[in-house]
Amino acid sequence: MLHIVNKSATERSSLESCLRLATKGSAVLLIEDAVYAATKGGAAAAKIQAAQADLKIYALGPDLAARGMAGRVLDGVNVVDYGGFVDLVAEHSNCQSWL
Amino acid sequence: MSDMDMEDDGSGIVKKFMFLNRKAPHGTVYALEGLEVVLITAAFDQDVSLVFTDDGVYQLMKGIDTKGIEVKDFSKTYRALEGYDIEKLYVDRTSMEARGLTEDDLIVDVTVMSDDEMKNLMAEQDVVISF
Repeated sequence: MLHIVNKSATERSSLESCLRLATKGSAVLLIEDAVYAATKGGAAAAKIQAAQADLKIYALGPDLAARGMAGRVLDGVNVVDYGGFVDLVAEHSNCQSWL
Repeated sequence: MSDMDMEDDGSGIVKKFMFLNRKAPHGTVYALEGLEVVLITAAFDQDVSLVFTDDGVYQLMKGIDTKGIEVKDFSKTYRALEGYDIEKLYVDRTSMEARGLTEDDLIVDVTVMSDDEMKNLMAEQDVVISF
């Protein structure tokens, strides 16, 4: 399963619910305002780091750049471009968008 | 202008306006629309304060590059506010630090405020508009 989260973790509970309910080995792609969660020093950084034990975490590069966050990505988070987004969708048999 | 004149047409009345920005840029249209309203308000010579709290602090990040998502980069506009006599920019220290940010990460000079300073500033406003 590919989980896609697009809302800020400091404004909505979608990332928290996603991390709570995603099964081991799933992929989580952070896009739009959700990318802040994958940056150093943020409130959600510890949650992402803890989740990396069981989940593969990705963040969309153009959304990081648009927020001035390209240089602040947490270690172990895979930054992908739009082509990588498509690949992730194609690689997984199903996906869930946490709106 | 005398008090009587001010009451006649209202044009000389200056109110304290606070624009409270609590949303990250780009993910929603609030940040951009809020900035547009601030610029409109500037034309009416009001006492304007801009406050950035919660995810609104992210609006002021340096190094924003929106080419990849093909939306307008309005972050430079914050630097132009001074030219519109909007010089009171405040950032909530609690929100800034919770996001691992410092003043050096921000694109404009701001006054960083404690919770007590922030609550007093809010309490003294005539009008508070949230985005």
